[in-house]
Amino acid sequence: MKPRIAPYVFIGPATLLLLAFGVLPILVAGLVSLTDMNLGGLGDWSRIEFIGVDNYVELFADGAFWQAMANTGIFALIGVPSVIALSLAVALLLNRSGSAFFRALRSFYFVPAITAIVAISLVWGYLYNTQFGLFNYLLSIVGLPPVSWLSDPVAVKFSVALVAVWRGTGLNIIIFLAALQGVPREYLEAASLDGASGFRKTVSIVIPLLRFAIFFVTITTIIAWLQFFDEPFVLTKGGPIGASTSISLFLYQEGFSASQFGYASAGSVVLFVVIAAVTLVQLRARRADVDY
Amino acid sequence: MSTTSLDRTTEAVSPVRPPRRDDPARPVRRHRSRGRGLTVAIGAALAVGALITAFPFIWMIASSVKPRSESLAYPPRVLPEEPTFEFFVQLFQELDFGRYLLNTIAIVLIGMVGLVLMAMAGYGFAKFDFRGREPLFFLVLVTMMIPVQVTMIPTYLILNGMKLTNTLVGIALPSLVSGFSVFLFRQFMTTIPTEMIEAARIDGASEARIFWRIIMPLSKPILAVQVVLTFIGGWNSFLWPLIIANDERLYTLSVGVALLNQQIASNPSLQMAAATLMVVPILIVFVVFQRFVVQGFALSGLK
Repeated sequence: MKPRIAPYVFIGPATLLLLAFGVLPILVAGLVSLTDMNLGGLGDWSRIEFIGVDNYVELFADGAFWQAMANTGIFALIGVPSVIALSLAVALLLNRSGSAFFRALRSFYFVPAITAIVAISLVWGYLYNTQFGLFNYLLSIVGLPPVSWLSDPVAVKFSVALVAVWRGTGLNIIIFLAALQGVPREYLEAASLDGASGFRKTVSIVIPLLRFAIFFVTITTIIAWLQFFDEPFVLTKGGPIGASTSISLFLYQEGFSASQFGYASAGSVVLFVVIAAVTLVQLRARRADVDY
Repeated sequence: MSTTSLDRTTEAVSPVRPPRRDDPARPVRRHRSRGRGLTVAIGAALAVGALITAFPFIWMIASSVKPRSESLAYPPRVLPEEPTFEFFVQLFQELDFGRYLLNTIAIVLIGMVGLVLMAMAGYGFAKFDFRGREPLFFLVLVTMMIPVQVTMIPTYLILNGMKLTNTLVGIALPSLVSGFSVFLFRQFMTTIPTEMIEAARIDGASEARIFWRIIMPLSKPILAVQVVLTFIGGWNSFLWPLIIANDERLYTLSVGVALLNQQIASNPSLQMAAATLMVVPILIVFVVFQRFVVQGFALSGLK
């Protein structure tokens, strides 16, 4: 291997795969969204016709699309603040001591994040079951009426979001804990000498120093909730009557259940634009923050 | 270069050892009794939270060995009275979970190949100056932002064009490399001293040899993290196997488990057995390697 071509050999395979499955699909989605491609067009490309922006016009007139958009917004409103607040709080508390006991506790908080969503959904589906599930039994013990966790159009949003919050905190706790290791101990000791309380130190020193981690977690969490898919897919299939259909699930249903590839691609492009816009706004906000 | 000297350099180079925070004496010394009391209270609160967090898993494992009458009983009980393993047997004998398990292991192994590709790319971006480095690395970072759901339909069309639908390779390929992992590798490998690489070059080592014999051994800490993450990712992968494989012989565990969801509202024990089969290996891997994962995130410069 000559030194001049060596770097290309090293980065080549991975970069090509990333281009093929990360970047190229966006372009393909853009193209396909301008056609009427469906299952017929998959086998025989001559049956695909260019239809311009018709898919987008239809999409914006589609009640199911707007319902999915609204659901995604509600999911993000419930999920993002809960995940961030919860994972930051748990990380700060876990960081209080490095004893074996505290370290053992960490694992418990991490495991939901790393276990398979399908397995998790089965378990929660069982807990939520209205006939023999545990949750309604617990409610009955304290004298509350049963809840239709997964079949009530309002309750289902919270039920599905709860599973995702439970699953989403672990990874962020890891990120916060990693960031907490970078807080210089001298700062805290100096503050202690000045008589600052533990709470005061957390608010005035630790949290400001975690700013980058909080920013990172906020961005990734928002993106994750805009892509919300697994939980409603496995728990409810988006039901009842679309009440828990997220935008990603809507795209999946249009694309793979109904095989409307062109139509679903138009939806994908819209989702991509939304995510890119949210990210850009946040990056802009971040820059302003640094200037200050 | 001998192995021993390499090992020693690992110690010197790797920023892995963060200052130990686990020094329980410190806070106690500072605010004696009040501090300790608070720590105990926080520990207790965290323990309660941990139990609540872990409860669905306890429920799952306990339910997987309940006979059918107990799993459908009302009021429900957490612990089984007459445990049975018949549902695990049923998974393998009546359903095809043995095959799903093999497919899943195959996916995980293919993922390990991807790991090498990502390490190579990380090294390339970290230690070489070449034309197009900045824009290409930017593209790598951009792919981190693009949601799977946006790319799933075109990726399906691309794989279909390549005649790779209904193959294990087709299942593994789209997620074989991730921008995030390339980024982590690059971050770590930047910290390896360039002088070592130069010295090896002067001694006449080939680029491939330098990569395998120097860079990879020095990258053990980050490799450990990535192996764990790759294992978890491959083991749990759900969406792609579901989309790409119509052939039942290619189903992975996750797809098999998801199918049980439709099949039965009436046999929770069988479902819980399947869920346990998926979750327990991950729990073991994670509990054993947890330390590396936290370190890995610390290494990635998220401070």
